[in-house]
Amino acid sequence: MMTPYESTFTLGEVTEAEPCCVPVPHLVVRDLSVAYAERHVLEKVSLDIYRGCITALIGPSGCGKTSFLASLNRLTDLIPTARVDGSILYEGQDILSQSVDTLGLRRSIGMIFQKPNPFPLSIRRNLELPLREHGHRNRRILDEKIERALTDVGLWEEVKDRLDSTALALSGGQQQRLCIARALVLDPDILLMDEPCSALDPISSSVVEELIIRLRSRYTVVIVTHNLAQAKRIANYAAFFWMKEQVGKLIEFGQCQRLFEAPIHGLTAAYVSGAKG
Amino acid sequence: MSKRNSLFQWNLDRLVVPPLAVAALICVAILLLVLAFLVYEASPVLVDGGWRVFLSDTGWYPLEGLFGLIPMLWASLVLMLGAVIIAAPIGLACAIFIKFYAPASLNKVFRLILSLLAGMPSVVLGLWGLTELVPLIAKWQPPGASLFAAILVLALMVLPTVALTSASALSAVREDLLAGAAALGIGRKAQVLGLVLPAARYGIWSGILLAMARAIGETMVVLMVAGNVVQYPHGLFEPVRALTANIALEMAYATDNHRAGLFASGLMLTLIVLVLAWAASRIVGRNQHG
Amino acid sequence: MAERLFTSVIWLSTALVVAMLLWILGDLAYQGMPHLSLNFLLSEPMSAGRSGGIGPILVSTLLIIAVTLLSALPLGLAAAIWLAEFTNRGSAVGNGVRLCLDVLAGIPSIVFGLFGNAFFSIFLGLGFSILSGGLTLACMILPVFIRTCEIGVSSVNDAWRKGAAALGMTRSAAVWHILLPAASPAIVAGLILGIGRATAETAALIFTSGYVDRMPGSLLDSGRALAVHIYDLSMNVTGGDPAAHASALVLLVLIMLLNLLAQGLSDRWLQRRLSV
Repeated sequence: MMTPYESTFTLGEVTEAEPCCVPVPHLVVRDLSVAYAERHVLEKVSLDIYRGCITALIGPSGCGKTSFLASLNRLTDLIPTARVDGSILYEGQDILSQSVDTLGLRRSIGMIFQKPNPFPLSIRRNLELPLREHGHRNRRILDEKIERALTDVGLWEEVKDRLDSTALALSGGQQQRLCIARALVLDPDILLMDEPCSALDPISSSVVEELIIRLRSRYTVVIVTHNLAQAKRIANYAAFFWMKEQVGKLIEFGQCQRLFEAPIHGLTAAYVSGAKG
Repeated sequence: MSKRNSLFQWNLDRLVVPPLAVAALICVAILLLVLAFLVYEASPVLVDGGWRVFLSDTGWYPLEGLFGLIPMLWASLVLMLGAVIIAAPIGLACAIFIKFYAPASLNKVFRLILSLLAGMPSVVLGLWGLTELVPLIAKWQPPGASLFAAILVLALMVLPTVALTSASALSAVREDLLAGAAALGIGRKAQVLGLVLPAARYGIWSGILLAMARAIGETMVVLMVAGNVVQYPHGLFEPVRALTANIALEMAYATDNHRAGLFASGLMLTLIVLVLAWAASRIVGRNQHG
Repeated sequence: MAERLFTSVIWLSTALVVAMLLWILGDLAYQGMPHLSLNFLLSEPMSAGRSGGIGPILVSTLLIIAVTLLSALPLGLAAAIWLAEFTNRGSAVGNGVRLCLDVLAGIPSIVFGLFGNAFFSIFLGLGFSILSGGLTLACMILPVFIRTCEIGVSSVNDAWRKGAAALGMTRSAAVWHILLPAASPAIVAGLILGIGRATAETAALIFTSGYVDRMPGSLLDSGRALAVHIYDLSMNVTGGDPAAHASALVLLVLIMLLNLLAQGLSDRWLQRRLSV
């Protein structure tokens, strides 16, 4: 999946999201259900995440979108009471099976959180730490990967002279871009993003949004967002979640444009028109 | 279909966790060892006549096989209560000062002073008590080394405990309660006495109980200024011997049953302190639930 | 009117406490300073300590503290990390360990002296020795140190744990590279507390490390700690008061210096980890 990277990053025109030419499933989710102790939050969700496309998960709070996302890289394992049933096929293997190497999985499937969470270390250390943990030791290779990741997110020019200063001194938008770089530095296939712009100011938000669009086709992106306009702007596919009988369910899934303009389900129509939720 | 926590999957975690767990279990082992050895050393006396001997014997004459602990137990209890009766009001006043009356600059300084006092080694406090306080008291009421002297120095010792825990308890009271009272024109004194103290009472009581536990467990201060005569605490200016001081004084030459008796008195002390600490934690626990 | 009275009471109480502290410090300085000198710090005690100095005693004290720290720090930190990061909230084993620690924390110091004597000195055959005393003190400071460290580590920002996990890092790696450095202020605070308590402790040492005031040749030799020396001078040696006061001054300064050292070391270590 290596493509030559562009060397400049500009805040250019935002183009309408286009459907991918060849929809190849990257993640195949079947009957995914998530529960925390006795509380069911998600029931029997089935959908395909297509390679190289941006899939937006939309719907009101509490419908299990974040839990869905967290299942995709087994981050649900961190919660002792979490139970995940169903299957998620990734490169021929079921992610949810016990024999999966979760640490390697999370190298390939990266996650960006709502609130930027750079480690309280220097910028360089933030990017170097995951690389070292996954076995890279050569100084030259580390430096190359760090520079490439920072360039991909448009931070290189801004921070190249202060790589050893603390990451916490960066602005919110810069911190979130750093977190994206941190995920990118491991060469993942898939990026999971949980409302990555909602904690940022409008300008930083649009910069990050630009960045996400530019990641399309090089990476597969699954993004949870409450911002319907954002979803329309950036996503190829959209999955609409809603709470039915106290549990989150997938109501409708399809190409983003179609979902917004010609939704099949009544709830979807109501939500995207702003009437409900 | 995975339900298992993946915390332990990778080899590194598998390698690292067992030694850490062992460390934690060593701590449990230490407690068990302490209890085991205490009971073991005290067993000759505990098993024979049982612990009843502590209560029924006429006095503490260990060399004659008499282990009446009651006078010393009373002494310890009176010392503890006396110290707290003095330390609690003053400590509380200090906490109120910190929270409500101190200008910002004095606040930090006073907290520092309290921490200094809290960190003062008990042997140094005992030294001061012995060389300054006892002669002063002796001028007034000989012999000087007495219940009174020990109570005063103990009070000084546990005062920071009460003050600092009470200060935390006061800080935990909701600000809007006070704002509401101020808006109604209620004066500071009434605010503090009528609103804040009642709201913080659990934390304050917990601090007082902890101070009591510290007072009754203290050895050096009472050893140095209380006079060390085994008798019922019948007069404020009479010398007394606390259970803790007794152990320190006699361990050096105690053998067989005498030594067992000292260990048994240590067990009793531990029990009292644990009950106080448990009560302190229960009070705070209750506060958090309701 | 009552308002004025109340305010006066509060201010008076505060003044009383400050006055007492000043009295104590002043008395120590007044009676102790004349006896203090470089010679005092370096030479051996003579005439049961009335004259001469506290050289060997300082050495014994530092050795005892060293033994205490070297045994309590790794053990306590390991246990704290296990409790904070590798047990689930509300797990029975974790809560059981915490309960044991709370019980240990409550045991009076003289009772620790009894235990140390019975276990370290007699059962393990260490006799009256620095090792015996240091290990006893380690048992004593362990509970509070562990609880302080545990709280420090578990209150580190959870976002970093999740972030590290999402990057495929092991929990151990996250603890070592991110959580421990972030928690180091709390850990150092716990250490300082422990050091203070160990240095000030007398009752637990009388029957474990003993009374010998000569220069110790090894950890198995008996050694007199500074606090024990103060006790002996004031209670058992007539005319020992000036030396006792001087020793008390040294003890206070020692505690202060150890605190500053711990604080300084941690600041430097923290600086290095955060920027590299």
